[in-house]
Amino acid sequence: MNQGSLVSIDDISKEQILDLLDRAAYFEAHPNSKLLDGKVVATLFFEPSTRTRLSFETAVNRLGGRVIGFSDAATSSTSKGETLKDTIKMVSNYADLIVMRHHLEGAARYATEVTDVPIVNAGDGANQHPSQTMLDLYSIVKTQGRLENLTITMVGDLKYGRTVHSLLMAMRYFNPRFRFVSSPELEMPREYIEICRDLGIEYTEHRDFSPEVINSSDIIYMTRVQRERFSDPMEYEKVKNLYSLRRDMLGNTRPGMRILHPLPRVNEIDRDVDDCPQAYYFEQARNGVFARQAIITRALNIDPTR
Amino acid sequence: MSQQKTELAVAALRNGTVIDHIPCEAVYKAVRILRLEDAGTAVTIGNNLPSDRMGRKGIIKVADRFFDESDLDRIAIIAPTAVVNIIEDYKVVEKRQVQLPQTIKGIVHCSNPKCITNNEPMETCFEVVSTNPTRLRCRYCNRTIGGVEAEIAQ
Ligand SMILES: [Zn+2]
Repeated sequence: MNQGSLVSIDDISKEQILDLLDRAAYFEAHPNSKLLDGKVVATLFFEPSTRTRLSFETAVNRLGGRVIGFSDAATSSTSKGETLKDTIKMVSNYADLIVMRHHLEGAARYATEVTDVPIVNAGDGANQHPSQTMLDLYSIVKTQGRLENLTITMVGDLKYGRTVHSLLMAMRYFNPRFRFVSSPELEMPREYIEICRDLGIEYTEHRDFSPEVINSSDIIYMTRVQRERFSDPMEYEKVKNLYSLRRDMLGNTRPGMRILHPLPRVNEIDRDVDDCPQAYYFEQARNGVFARQAIITRALNIDPTR
Repeated sequence: MSQQKTELAVAALRNGTVIDHIPCEAVYKAVRILRLEDAGTAVTIGNNLPSDRMGRKGIIKVADRFFDESDLDRIAIIAPTAVVNIIEDYKVVEKRQVQLPQTIKGIVHCSNPKCITNNEPMETCFEVVSTNPTRLRCRYCNRTIGGVEAEIAQ
């Protein structure tokens, strides 16, 4: 496996996370740095995700690299029954770096085992999506000025929402305080609760998205509650409004509190929140390009400040 | 006394390997782990035999076969209590408990249908994340499964 690969945020150390955040800050200040001159980056989207693909391709373009690839499996040789291994081997002949998204869990990990070219995981099913976590972390450090000692409230689908699991794992290095707000069906899996317990991380679980919770948070991380997670449609109708944010709930928040959301949202954040100073989800998405420039240059072992 | 009964219930072995103290529900999985379906030698399987230690137990005797330690240790995934006896000329020349390896390649099937290992011609790989009870985590999709209920791949 190439050491520059990034499959899961759990694979990298606190120092590597901090290095990526420094890089992201550099690219925000210098968005167009031609560090990838002559390099070819393959974006292999076996599963379509326009948002993530455009963000990665923008990152490559701003770094002066070239992009090859496909945006869904129907246009690739996978549709002719080619194995993942063979596709990765073939593309490895052409590209200096492979960014891949796949509907199967573990696809990116397996890809690192069949090639020496660095692999960046742009999402493997419900499993990992480390560039999302890096942009979340960058958004947190940018809005709070620090990562240490923050109170982070996670709301909505904490069971299936991989972004909250990865964020929890990354934040474990920074002495966080967590608030988990969800219905019983979608609560934080016990394995993550145990991780908090083992590491001595303070956490509380809530059924109510109450003013006390909102007003004591530095970050509120909202997630989408998906209808298909509920066997009983009535249950979904009941729950979806319990875990949504409206403007009138934001009257007494901490001064620097910011609302994050991995997007796309449905109705968990009311449109009238968009103009509030606490709303940060659109800027958050913009930070994705800097975070991905950071991940790409790390993968290729390029020091942007050299 | 029950020890004696067990010995009577299962044919004596001159040379070979005896795997004893297998939980009843794990006996046939142990057979698969050791790939005894296509063993060319005599295999005797006893199950639901009385045991002082376990109440009921299973036992597998394989004549004229001596396995690699690492192959036998894979039985610990589903039967951590199992004891291996090496028999030479009707005597136990070696006795040891199976030891759970840290990494298990092949053998165990991942229970997640969306796991890459179930969709690509490749070997599975699990890390042992806890013992007693044994829990394994898929290296690829990160799903954890209990050792006792682990499905053994063909
Ligand atoms: Zn798996």
